[in-house]
Amino acid sequence: MKKIFAYTDGLTRLPTHYCPGCTHGVIHRVVGEVIDELGIRGTTVGVAPVGCAVLAYKYFNCDMFEASHGRAPAVATGAKRCRPEMSVFTYQGDGDLASIGMAEIVHAANRGEKFTVIFVNNAIYGMTGGQMAPTTMPNQRSTTTPFGRDVNLAGYPIRVAEMLSTLTTPAYVSRVSSHTAEQTVRAKEVIKKAFQYQIAGTCFTFVEVLSTCPTNWGLSPRESNKWLEKEMLPYYPLGDIKRPEDFEGGQHAGN
Amino acid sequence: MAKVLMKGNEAIGEAAIRAGCIHFFGYPITPQSEVPEYLAKRLPEVGGVFVQAESEVAASNMIYGAAGVGMRVLTTSSSPGISLMAEGVSYLAGAELPVVIVNIMRGGPGLGGILPSQGDYLQATKGMAHGDFDLIVLAPSSVQEAVDLTIRAFQLAEKYRNPVMVVGDGMIGQMMEPVDFPEVEVGPPLAADDWALTGCEGRSPRDVNSLFLDANDLHNHNVKLKDKFAVITENEQEWELYSCEGEYDVLVTSFGMMARICKTAIDVLAEEGIKVGLFRPITIKPYPYDACREAAQKAKRLLCVEMNMGQMIQDVQLATRGAKEIDFFGKAGGVIPSVEDVIQSVRETLAKTGK
Repeated sequence: MKKIFAYTDGLTRLPTHYCPGCTHGVIHRVVGEVIDELGIRGTTVGVAPVGCAVLAYKYFNCDMFEASHGRAPAVATGAKRCRPEMSVFTYQGDGDLASIGMAEIVHAANRGEKFTVIFVNNAIYGMTGGQMAPTTMPNQRSTTTPFGRDVNLAGYPIRVAEMLSTLTTPAYVSRVSSHTAEQTVRAKEVIKKAFQYQIAGTCFTFVEVLSTCPTNWGLSPRESNKWLEKEMLPYYPLGDIKRPEDFEGGQHAGN
Repeated sequence: MAKVLMKGNEAIGEAAIRAGCIHFFGYPITPQSEVPEYLAKRLPEVGGVFVQAESEVAASNMIYGAAGVGMRVLTTSSSPGISLMAEGVSYLAGAELPVVIVNIMRGGPGLGGILPSQGDYLQATKGMAHGDFDLIVLAPSSVQEAVDLTIRAFQLAEKYRNPVMVVGDGMIGQMMEPVDFPEVEVGPPLAADDWALTGCEGRSPRDVNSLFLDANDLHNHNVKLKDKFAVITENEQEWELYSCEGEYDVLVTSFGMMARICKTAIDVLAEEGIKVGLFRPITIKPYPYDACREAAQKAKRLLCVEMNMGQMIQDVQLATRGAKEIDFFGKAGGVIPSVEDVIQSVRETLAKTGK
């Protein structure tokens, strides 16, 4: 019989706690596959966040930290600076990275820390039960914006990838999505490229992955995928936003 | 080795290097900024890592990352910055990571001032951050002792897999004194092979973590930490008795630089024929309660002298179990009690004993 699908060694075989239809599972899977395919599992240390992925340290089959809320980039800085030969990644959600951890991510990016950030943006706080995130869409209902996000009071959603790309320090910043199989395959390619830049010691690498939260969006998984496409993609465009190749002598080409 | 004249903050930085610590993450704050300044210059010479963090919050989490991958690591700050590190310290204690944190205390509360204080005694010894955990806290009273205790701090941190705090005041950080750097035999961090995240090649993956979602597991983890501190309490208490031979009516209790000023006052009083003892805890956590009680036995009355509004006096009360009256003399906000101030308050205490 022909084997067409197998476990990846990049993940443990523990069943995840994620809700049905949530794309954390598939994002874990592609990160795990990348770690496995690059042969770096034995020399990698990951940093789990606080939020839905708080238990990621149980799912990635490599050495893992569990960090405090938002501080994964600081923990990763400590680890990578002390063991530059290791591959280091953080796996963070939008509340963790874009709200409480905004200072840590901006300064890690600005210092050009040579690790990889997987930033999962599902436009809501999942773990705590569906409150507004910095990435929540205008008029999107959440438990703390019961009438929809009022941009006059809560501002507009933060495009973290674009914001980080304004820094002069060279970096690889890209946005991908997980709402279709095709996009997930593309996400894997980008994540692999980010790890490859890290291994080569090139630059800070940041991959934003658009994700769904059927439970807290109050939609079925299929409706969630459609909602992401219709509501999030126009505001959060996919593709590479900043590449290290664009730099010439410390200046951003075109600046 | 010949003694060198050094500022306390710089001596603490050099002591860390002599203890085998070549990784520093920290943030500038008066009156401790000379530590990062010194190490920014010195660590590249020894192949070390210096990172100026974006905040003390970040610094306390960077040391979590550094210690978690099995490296000896230091951060330093001063009172308001230490408050910002509270989050990191709780996680470090929960994950049992060996790190050394130095607090060169300044006056508070709030932004307070930049002058020397001992106002963070209770924070360091009783309530550093959320959850049940204990720091080991060492209080030097000279630049030399700051060097010795910084080295000792790394040894204790690794022996017990526990964060250790060294608390000095702005005086220790800022003043210059001749110091001797002892020869320290330095190997890789103790036992880090057993738990550090060094890559899972050839072994099962590990995690560095303070999350225990199961109530029984978390209870058991708390019991483990409590048991560990019981061993530390049994083995690691340090204190100094000064002028405690023979008889005395008054015992002064004081720690850190304040105790040194008290010693001068005691010497002056001795010339007048007034005998006063001094009990100085060096480990303010674990507090040497038994030693304090023993020293208090001979005294009719105690006087606790601190550069705050009365914090360590709580531990002296615990030690003496209400058996002695305890007076307090202290100044806060950067006002350093003078020798004359201490002499005056000793006389007042002495008067209350009927002498």
